[in-house]
Amino acid sequence: MMNIKRTTNLFVIAVLSLAAISCKNSAEKDNAAEPMSSEMHQQETGKNETTLKEQENEIGVISNYLVIKNALVNDDQETAAKAGERLAKSLGEFKKDDYSSEEQQELNDIIEDAKEHAEHISESPIAHQREHFDILSKDMIDMIAITGTDRKLYQAYCPMYNENKGAQWLSTEQEIKNPYMGAKMMNCGKVQKELN
Amino acid sequence: MRILKILGWFMLIALVIIQFFPVDRNESREIPESDFMLVNNVPKHIQQKIEVSCYDCHSNNTHYPWYNKIQPAAWYLENHIKHGKDELNFNEWAKYSNRRKNSKLRSIISQIEDGEMPLSSYTLLHRDARLSNAEEKELIKFMENLKEQLNNQ
Repeated sequence: MMNIKRTTNLFVIAVLSLAAISCKNSAEKDNAAEPMSSEMHQQETGKNETTLKEQENEIGVISNYLVIKNALVNDDQETAAKAGERLAKSLGEFKKDDYSSEEQQELNDIIEDAKEHAEHISESPIAHQREHFDILSKDMIDMIAITGTDRKLYQAYCPMYNENKGAQWLSTEQEIKNPYMGAKMMNCGKVQKELN
Repeated sequence: MRILKILGWFMLIALVIIQFFPVDRNESREIPESDFMLVNNVPKHIQQKIEVSCYDCHSNNTHYPWYNKIQPAAWYLENHIKHGKDELNFNEWAKYSNRRKNSKLRSIISQIEDGEMPLSSYTLLHRDARLSNAEEKELIKFMENLKEQLNNQ
């Protein structure tokens, strides 16, 4: 009996001191591991979407943006969050070499801002995702003004969102499917212009 | 019973040991030229409110409470402050591009509107950091004005 008690005690000591020592370290490790694990996640999801992965530069950025848009149309927080993570990554990998230094400066500004919104979309409830998507859409419109786009996009506008302050978004379809208002107001909005 | 007693002792010892782990303190004596208050025209009472309610986690200088000397509270605070400064650092306001200022202002407004900032875990012990409804409205109005000025530039 004594022996068992003694070993249990020793065990408790060991666990406690280990916990105490590793507490700080593990907190740091957690932070450091985050981008890694999201990358791993990326690879997992990427398997099914190799086409997405193969596409580069603004194509990747716009594709991921559009996945978020479609997810928000469908009130799908989870898909929007995953695409937010991918968008942040594709923005980080965006190659600016071919642009003039002035354009590069502007692109840096846009990307820095857009990346932050994409990161928030990856970790927020849907109402917040939509708030960030609103500003993200402006960033995307400004970005495309510099980079152009490989596909036809429609710039749409919903006057009701954000207490009637209104919000824009980009879509590949002319038909209005509103990403801001949820299922009830799916058709609210109008196309402002076509982007090529 | 004996196990409980020993367990208690070791908890105590562990608690003592972790007190020796160092913490980075978020303290800086100088206010950089890029500070929000220096580059914007902020009325005195709004300045004071923002500094009391926001600057502990959103600037380079935290007024630490007494329990910051004690672990594991200090780690908890350190993480909060680090995250808070990543999101928004009022001391570096002028260094943000106009685009980002605009985004930050939008977030500030929406966080105050939703009552998410200041954090309830913060105001629990910092009663003076709480915002009354009137103060919330005033801050929002100020931030909205600032945002408009920015957009008209």
